[in-house]
Amino acid sequence: MSEAVQTPKISMRDVRKSFGTKKVLNGIDLDVAEGESCVIIGGSGTGKSVTLKCVLGLIKPDSGSIKIDGTEITEMDNDDHEDVMSKFGMLFQGGALFDSLPVWENVAFGLIHGRKMDREEAREIAMQKIEAVGMGRQVGDLYPAELSGGMQKRIGLARAIAANPEIIFFDEPTTGLDPIMADVINDLIVKCVKDLGATALSITHDMASARKIADKVTMIHEGKLIWTGSVEELDNSNNEYVDQFIHGRAEGPITKHANMV
Amino acid sequence: MSFFAAVGQFSAFAGLSVSHVFRAPFFPKNFLKQIVSIGYYSLPVVGLTTFFTGMVLALQSYTGFTRFNAESAIASVVSLSITRELAPILAGLMVAGRVGASIAAEIGTMRVTEQIDALRTLSVNPFKYLVVPRLIAGTLTLPILVLIGDLIGIMGGYIVSVHVLGFSAGSYLSQSWDVLQPMDVISGLAKAAVFGFIVTIMGCYHGFNSGRGAQGVGAATTNAVVTSSILILIFNYILTQVFFS
Repeated sequence: MSEAVQTPKISMRDVRKSFGTKKVLNGIDLDVAEGESCVIIGGSGTGKSVTLKCVLGLIKPDSGSIKIDGTEITEMDNDDHEDVMSKFGMLFQGGALFDSLPVWENVAFGLIHGRKMDREEAREIAMQKIEAVGMGRQVGDLYPAELSGGMQKRIGLARAIAANPEIIFFDEPTTGLDPIMADVINDLIVKCVKDLGATALSITHDMASARKIADKVTMIHEGKLIWTGSVEELDNSNNEYVDQFIHGRAEGPITKHANMV
Repeated sequence: MSFFAAVGQFSAFAGLSVSHVFRAPFFPKNFLKQIVSIGYYSLPVVGLTTFFTGMVLALQSYTGFTRFNAESAIASVVSLSITRELAPILAGLMVAGRVGASIAAEIGTMRVTEQIDALRTLSVNPFKYLVVPRLIAGTLTLPILVLIGDLIGIMGGYIVSVHVLGFSAGSYLSQSWDVLQPMDVISGLAKAAVFGFIVTIMGCYHGFNSGRGAQGVGAATTNAVVTSSILILIFNYILTQVFFS
């Protein structure tokens, strides 16, 4: 952070996206520095997932600029975009494991097909990553359907970090898990991101998770980022939207605005 | 309006899919897997359909043809109808039900559970990984299925004619064979290739554009079977016109 001018790893400027008449993103501006872990918090349907998918290139924004390492990605064609993708790792909300492939091949998928690695070599790396997320090698030969939700999440994490990505995205990493497993996942995320020296961008509505994995927190509301600060500043944000969200109150400006009460 | 929008969307999808057929990387393992699941596992259903159709065709033409003393034409009627028309159309429709539905359901579920997004984040193009192997396997295996169906259908007609209706085996077989021109068989196989393409592209298209949840996948499956069946019937007419006029 001490360098005067450092190109942010991820830079979004005035990103907008509508589906039909519904404006989902209403001008998102966000910078994430290299090695920083940024968490976007916000309620359901506020545009968290769409923001993440725009950066990943899975959804094309209507307007605005998204730069990865200073390179504009919204105008890229498919082949160039696949090159950018190789910098990314992504943990999907439901794991999104390929159910037709055994666990180790899921973890090794990006290595075998994306990086053209030899299968045996890729299998060995996959097994190491499976151990890195705290599971035994024998799990590698099972199929995803044979695993519990928490185990699937951990394998999803192993797959996300398998190719040593520069940027890792986490989509609601703790949703659907019991509190203890959620904390295990949080610890693993912190450890993996630190070990790789990666930049992380996560979305969540789980405040315990956000406090644990974030360097920087930003809150999204109605398609705009309304507050950004460090985890320490979260409790003294002087922002009534943030206060309502982190304390989980039914009454407040968020719900009043949406006419929910 | 929405009809034209859908046609446009489908054309873009089909164009993109075909463009990926000729560009590396290829996934030979997926291709072999699809050959087995689309081709090999469709053999029983195609074999049974053509077998019984050949039998019923012999029986029907016998009862009809005896009215004007034309029983000797049964062998030619069976072999011509089977190779030119019935084997390709029946195989196409049966495979539309069996394969089109399963492709749409599998890809639709992958869409809903974000597995297609996951492919893209792992730098693998889902068109190359999922669509192309199915397209090629469908287009190549359906003609083979139909060729086998031709033989089984003619055999069905033979069994009924010889063992039930009492025709002489030798003359039935030579009549079946003599009437056939190469074009009769080739046109049927060409139709089959087109039907194989229709079934697989429709399955992939509806799966890719599946709505959310179980209901979305269900609707995608139904749409895949209905649209591919209708397209098969339409293209069957067009191709017949092209080949024999």
